[in-house]
This record gives sequence, C-alpha cells and structure tokens, in this order.
Amino acid sequence: MTAVLSVRDLTVDYAGAHPVHAVSEVDLELHRGELLGLAGESGCGKSTLAYAMTRLLRPPAEVRSGTVTFREPGGDEIDVFGLGGEELRRFRWKRVAMVFQGAMNALNPVISVRSQLEDVLDAHEPGLSKQERRRRCAELLELVGVDRRRLTSYPHELSGGMRQRVTIAMALALRPPVMIMDEPTTALDVVVQRDILNEITRLRTELGFAVLFITHDLSLLLEISDRIAIMYAGRIVEQASARELLERPRHPYSVGLLSSFPSIAGPRREMHGIPGHPPDLGEPIAGCPFAPRCPYRRPVCDELLPPLTPRDAALVACHAHEPSTYGVPAPDALLRGEFHPVAEAEVVS
Amino acid sequence: MTEVASRNGIATLEVRDLVRDFVVGRERGRRQILRAVDGVSFDLVAGQTLALVGESGSGKSTVASVLAQLIRPTSGTIRLGGKLIGTRGRALRRYREEVQIVFQDPFASLNPFHTVDHHLRRPLRIHHRAGSKSEEDEQVLQLLERVNLFPVKRVAGKHPHELSGGQRQRVAIARALAPRPSVLLADEPVSMLDVSIRLEILNLIDQLKTEDNLAVLYITHDLATARHFSSRVIVMYRGEVVESGPADEVILAPKHPYTQLLASAAPDPRRPERRTQLPERTTQLLERRTQLLEGTTRGEGCRFAERCPSAMPVCATRPSLVDVGTAHQARCWLYDGAAGE
Repeated sequence: MTAVLSVRDLTVDYAGAHPVHAVSEVDLELHRGELLGLAGESGCGKSTLAYAMTRLLRPPAEVRSGTVTFREPGGDEIDVFGLGGEELRRFRWKRVAMVFQGAMNALNPVISVRSQLEDVLDAHEPGLSKQERRRRCAELLELVGVDRRRLTSYPHELSGGMRQRVTIAMALALRPPVMIMDEPTTALDVVVQRDILNEITRLRTELGFAVLFITHDLSLLLEISDRIAIMYAGRIVEQASARELLERPRHPYSVGLLSSFPSIAGPRREMHGIPGHPPDLGEPIAGCPFAPRCPYRRPVCDELLPPLTPRDAALVACHAHEPSTYGVPAPDALLRGEFHPVAEAEVVS
Repeated sequence: MTEVASRNGIATLEVRDLVRDFVVGRERGRRQILRAVDGVSFDLVAGQTLALVGESGSGKSTVASVLAQLIRPTSGTIRLGGKLIGTRGRALRRYREEVQIVFQDPFASLNPFHTVDHHLRRPLRIHHRAGSKSEEDEQVLQLLERVNLFPVKRVAGKHPHELSGGQRQRVAIARALAPRPSVLLADEPVSMLDVSIRLEILNLIDQLKTEDNLAVLYITHDLATARHFSSRVIVMYRGEVVESGPADEVILAPKHPYTQLLASAAPDPRRPERRTQLPERTTQLLERRTQLLEGTTRGEGCRFAERCPSAMPVCATRPSLVDVGTAHQARCWLYDGAAGE
C-alpha cells in the first residue's frame, strides 16, 4: 500500500500563557484509496490534526514540529508545510478536499447551490466556458444523488442531508485523491446519516479517492473503515484494521470506548463507560495520559509515556503489553476486552 | 387505542390524546398550524423506564415540554396519581414537586453565576424539603453523594464552568432529585456528552430509578440505549406514535416500516451481516427518500407512506394503532385486518 498522505512527528500547540499541546508527536499514513477512521472524543486533537494536514490552522494554533507529505500518483512528493500562497491554493481542493460537520455553516446562505458549486470550478479551473461549468455543476449534483433542479435552490430550502450532499459535491468538484471529512454526519438523523455514509461508500468505489473520516462515533467507524486510529489527549494510542480493533482491542482506552457503545441486538448486560475525564493538555503529563482513568494502571504508567509500538497486527501505546516495563504479563481481562471502571465515583479536582 | 402500561403496574403519570399545535406563520391572514404532537397517549409507571424515540422534529421533546408544564397542551389530559393535574398556582408547584426534568444541554441548564450548592439549595427551599438550615446543608451534600460527585463539600462550592459536561449533568440530575419527585423526564440526557461517559450517566439514572421507584421517561434518538435502559419503547414519527411495545420486541423485531428503517440504519458493528452495505430493502427506502424534501406534505393519510416500501392505496387513509403482539401496537395498515375488507 502506498501512502498518499503522510504525517510525521506532528506536534501542534495552541499558544498562550499555558500552551495547550493539542497534537503531540503524531505519525499517520493515509493509503491510496482507503478509508481511514480517526476516532476520539472532544478535545483529543482529532480536528486540529485534520486542520494541520490541510494547512487550515490559524493562530493561536502553531505547528511546533513535524511534516505532512502528499504523494502524487507518479511518485512526486509535495511538502505541504512548504507550500506558498499560490501553490497552496492550487494544492487545496485539487489534491485534498474537506467536508466539515455543519453543512449549514459550510454553505453560504445567500448564494444558490449553483453559484457555490461554480465558485469552486471558477477558482480552480478558470478556463471553463459558462456552459461547460453549468454542465459540470449539474453532473456533480447528480453524482451525489441530488436532483439537478436543486441547482437554483438556496441552502435553507434543502434538508440537512441534502445540504451535506451539496458540500460533498463541492469537495468532489476537482476529483481530489484525498478527502478529509470531519464529523460529516454528526448533526444528521440516523436514517439520513446512513444515507450519506452509503453515498460516500458508493462514490469511493466509483472514484477511488482516499478518505480520512473523523468522528467520535466509533461504532460507525468500525462499519465503514478499512483502518482506524484512536486518539487520546493529542496522541494516537492505537491503530489497527477495523476488524482487528473490533475483535482484539489492545489499548485500555479502545477497550473502554468499545464497551461504551451498547450493541443494538446484543444481550442485556451490565455496561460501563469510562469514568473520569481527559487530562488538561495545558499541564505537563509525565506518564501515560490515560493512566488516571485506566483499570489496568501500574506504577510505571504514571512515570513513563508509553511509545506507539507494533504488537502483532496493531500499533499500541500501552505499557500493559510490554512485560519488561509493566512488570507482569498483560492482564487477561484486558486481553479479553473487558473494561471494569476503577471507581464509580466522579471525583472533581 | 392507547399505550396502556397499567398492564404492568399502576400508572404514575397517564397521558391521553395529547395534542400540541404551534403557529408557524400566516398565509392570507390565516394562521398556519403545525401539529407537533398529535394524539399521543402513554403511561409512566413507577420503577420503570419508558423510552420515547424518534428523529429530530418527531415531536418527542415537545412531549417532554408539555409534561414538564413548560408549555400547555392544545388538548388532551394528563393525570398524576389518578388525578387531573393542576396548571397554576399551588397546584402547579405541587406538580413540579412530583415531575422533574433533566435537559439535554448541561452547559445551558445550569446558571453560570451560581454555585452547585445554590442550584441544589433552591429547589430544597422552594419545595420546603428541609426543616432547618443545617438539615438543608446536609441534604445538599446527600444529593451530591447520590449522583456520585465527590468530594461533596468541594463540589458544592464549584461553579458550573469548573465542571466537565458529565459532572454538570450529574448536578442537573441532583437538582431534579431535590424535590423528591416520583416522575423523572430525561430529554436526551446524554447526547451532548462525550461517548465514554454516556453510559455512566444512564447507569446513574437507572440506579436512581430503582432506589426511588421513579417513573422515568427517557427521550432519545439512540435505539441501542433505548433498548438497554427501558422496559417499553414508543416510536414517534411526525407527531404521532407509530409503534409502541416491549423494548426488545420494538427494537429487535420492529413491526412498523419506519421503526424497521430506524433499526436498520443505526450503526452497529457487531451486526455481522453488514459491514458496508445495507440490506437491499433499506437501500431502496433510502433512494426514495433522497428525492423527497423533509416535511413538505402532511396529508390525511399515513405520514410515512411517501417513504414506505410497503405503501398501498389504503395508506391514503390514516391508519390507527392496532395490536401486533402482546402489549405491542403499530400504526400501519399492514397489520389492520380491516384493510383488506
């Protein structure tokens, strides 16, 4: 598998009196044509990572270190952080397009659907004739399953699902090999969400682009992704194929997250989430950032940051899988994918 | 036909034929009416949770607002402990003692200027739940203990912004418990919270239900937790109840085509037969749906007909709720013996 987009050692801070380390030392590869899921809860840095990959970060966000590399089909490499004004403009949308969560906010309310689609073509393919442009807009709309008569509609005249389809059509306008989708279905009802997911799956099969799909909804990712990366406190704590992650989650946070989603059809049983909350990323963290919420915590977890290490078919950042530092073999309960919270009490600091 | 839960016990709160209209505009001087809730009936039973599910705009939150007496019903009756409820003055205060609500957004439902202590002390005082100041102090701390927020004294002194979303929702639950209600309305209590803490909050509500023998209405769009945390489920579509019955039956073997659609659309990676593709039937449904604008028609017939794969000529007439199993009903002509006549 060749990577179309690679992130190396990326660290992003939000500057201030107490800088917040939103993304820390992240390595990630998006392979050509795959759907890579990026899961994590609010504040874990997943959107910051996506924005950094597309150079959309604005101060106070600052890239402290790292590189993002885009690979052309021919093998030429583009250093994304090295792009200047005009090069960057041409890189965006042509090579990497984005779809954001609030389709309502991503579209301009006072401009018709046609004008917004035309804008994209105008900006990036200025040579097109008016007729050609109109034809392309209609095609794009039909590609995402919206009637071409909707071209003259304004965003408020469309349902939430249709609006999100229009933003996907805009992202597809230049047929980019990479789409970054940040919570594209979160604000939608479950039926419409399913509808959009099917559309994305279908378009991906037809057009062959790769997707970085960001969401807090792990159960959804497990269904649609080829591979999944799980983020916690600015770091990737586990990365594996969707199947592997579902069947053999290795990081206690992944285990806890998986058990936080009851299965619709599964047996009724006692279920737990993960008590507690993520650490303050403005404070230095000595050991594993998940340690305070972890039922498998041992002294080493408070002292040493576990590196992301290959374990069979997965990458995991957890001491429990390294007997030499953990002191004992990985607990059976962890290997069985069980998560028994440390305490029921919610302690306020 | 009504959702009569008294088969299982004595109803604490009985809701019958609830209707709520909203004026949504004027056309040629005539008021345009949107019927957000249309003839909804159900019972809330002590010690049991009833889940009310549906997508946005189905009217489920309007039901909660009417039950909390934040808005008045256009018609219909609500009985508490067998008696018609009072709607003003002392009777309203009495009602609020008994029926409490937890809202969706714990960031908006707590006053940022006041401490946790203030939020809990107010209902205790308003409803005369403490005889003395020291008793009141003690009850504030007890409430925090009941929702597992520790150390209690320290939490009491905090302002909402010093707490996480889950902690705030625990405070909102403690506040709802303060008047010692018999009915708890939980309107999407976890949908604003991070996924990892949702189950903890639902477990807490479940535990309090058992401890206090509360009748709980759990409003949600999430079928999985609706099934796991309730004994019965009601499904609403565009203001009407389209299906109601035992939780396992409604979610695992849904009868109404809309409930079937909801159940098949919900993500569930543990459902092995579908990794990426939907069963053909649902795909067809979705294709029909794609071409339709939401909420444009509201005719006389079945409201789901335009999206329904089983639509028949008779669906132009409004179906009624018919029995499809034990204490299980669906509003669909497919199950109405009269349809063939």
